[in-house]
Amino acid sequence: MEIIVCLKQVVDPELPLREFVIDPATNRQVREGRPLVLSTYDEHALEVALQLKDRSGAKVTALTLAPRATIGDAVRLALAMGADEAVVVDDPRSPDLPGAVKARILAAAIRRIGRSDLVVCGCESADWVERVVAPLLAEELGAACVTFASRIESADGALVVRRQSEDGFHLIEARLPAVLSITSDETNRPRLPKVKDIIAAKRKPLQILPAADLATAAGETTADGVEVRSVAAPERTARCELLPGDPAEQAALLAQRLRELKLL
Amino acid sequence: MPGVLVIATAPEGTFSRSNLELVGGARALDRVLGAGVSAALLGGGGPLGAAIETLHQHGVPTVYCVDHPALGIGQADAFLVAAEAVARQAKPDLLLVGGDTVGREVAPRLAHRLGAALVTDCVELAVDAGAVVARRQVYGGRALAMHVVHRRPAVLSVKPRSLDAAEPAPVAGRVVDVTVAIDLAALPTRVREVQTEKAELGLEDAQTVVGGGRGLGGPDGFKILQELAQALGGAVGSSRPPADAGWVPISWQIGQTGKTVRPALYVAVGISGATQHVAGMAGSRTIVAINRDPEAPIFSVAHLGIVGDYREVVPALIAKVRELKGR
Repeated sequence: MEIIVCLKQVVDPELPLREFVIDPATNRQVREGRPLVLSTYDEHALEVALQLKDRSGAKVTALTLAPRATIGDAVRLALAMGADEAVVVDDPRSPDLPGAVKARILAAAIRRIGRSDLVVCGCESADWVERVVAPLLAEELGAACVTFASRIESADGALVVRRQSEDGFHLIEARLPAVLSITSDETNRPRLPKVKDIIAAKRKPLQILPAADLATAAGETTADGVEVRSVAAPERTARCELLPGDPAEQAALLAQRLRELKLL
Repeated sequence: MPGVLVIATAPEGTFSRSNLELVGGARALDRVLGAGVSAALLGGGGPLGAAIETLHQHGVPTVYCVDHPALGIGQADAFLVAAEAVARQAKPDLLLVGGDTVGREVAPRLAHRLGAALVTDCVELAVDAGAVVARRQVYGGRALAMHVVHRRPAVLSVKPRSLDAAEPAPVAGRVVDVTVAIDLAALPTRVREVQTEKAELGLEDAQTVVGGGRGLGGPDGFKILQELAQALGGAVGSSRPPADAGWVPISWQIGQTGKTVRPALYVAVGISGATQHVAGMAGSRTIVAINRDPEAPIFSVAHLGIVGDYREVVPALIAKVRELKGR
């Protein structure tokens, strides 16, 4: 089975609030000088793909859309964790592109890569949280779609996918080719790469696809009919009042305050 | 008909509250746009009469009904085919889709098939100078993005529990039956099994929610939180790590991935305050944080905080609450 994992780097979502700054010119978070990490659920998607490889010898290709300055970081980590090949679409606009546009570019890249039975993505990105890339890729590629999947079994040219729902889970049979978005559970915690693999990954070749080459194949890659007019961090009105004392005193103060607020 | 089309779902005849949230959003938009509200009612495996009546009772005159046995729980591919068929017949300007398990799969694909603009997980919908404006949480709830939708049609998916459910407003109704050929065997996915976990009763409706995080150290920590919730008259939820680790069912998870709660009182115990979690509870009226780490980001969203070991604080709090409540 040929598996493609779509990966994206984001500014570390757990940076302290004071380092979280929106650039009013782009309506996006300022990235300069901030640590970049793999978007949380993308790591789980990678882990799911690598487990399929461990079990049944699938080939795993890591694919990312990234500006030249950070090219390779995401896929190098994927190579260190066990991905076989890495493809980077070099696009300076990529951090600011809407998901619908990214999906078209990724679909063009996947067609260029060639045969793929399964494409996996994170269920949502830690920054823009649109949750659209996997379903739109499925449409672009004419593939089956399951989102918020946590476990995959492969059998007889089809998949059995565990999809998380509001109140439990669904077991879904999906035909190949398929595009799945992956959420986390206890079975897909990302593995830690070994130091020697991190070093080896630095020497592995990356296939670079200039976005401009894919643009024609992807069709319209700018307008999507939706304008981002503003992105604003809400004023934090809450100022936390820390309750002093030993645990018994703290608990008594809290109960008293809750009563004053008519919450008790 | 132009205007706003609500994609309402009733798998096995069950009509959930989130449908009425979509109707509430559609009617609010229509008060400005004025081109009318209609609904697609997609369901099967159970009678749809009550759902149709509910829509009429809540201000939706025209209901396009697709009644097909393939429209069962979780069968997203079938809902997509049915929604597309109604959209092509009704030709609405705007389509509102719920952000539930099925809606998350259907909304983007429906937009793709209709060549429509797309905004997902909207928490607020409005009209500004004739244009539809949708707001959504980004960066784990640290910011709110305002999108202006220029293209028609547009598909807007709505985050559950974000819009107010429609108030009753009975109207004379009509039903347009739409026949759609859906061959379950030909669809690329099929639901084999639906498993429902024991969810904390009414987590999303509870006026008090006690949330537990990684700092509880294990599943046993949740037992004492249940006691606290019981004393306060509320429900227990969790952040992502306990759900991932299997300490609690996934259905307890509150956050960007998981449920959204906005109770009068939220007590976060052993929760660091990762943006992922905060996105699902920041709308709570009063937030209390109990955490050992004074630097934990949860204290930047909390109103009242206790720096301490929950193993000591929570039992003392339970005793105090019981005492004050006279029990």
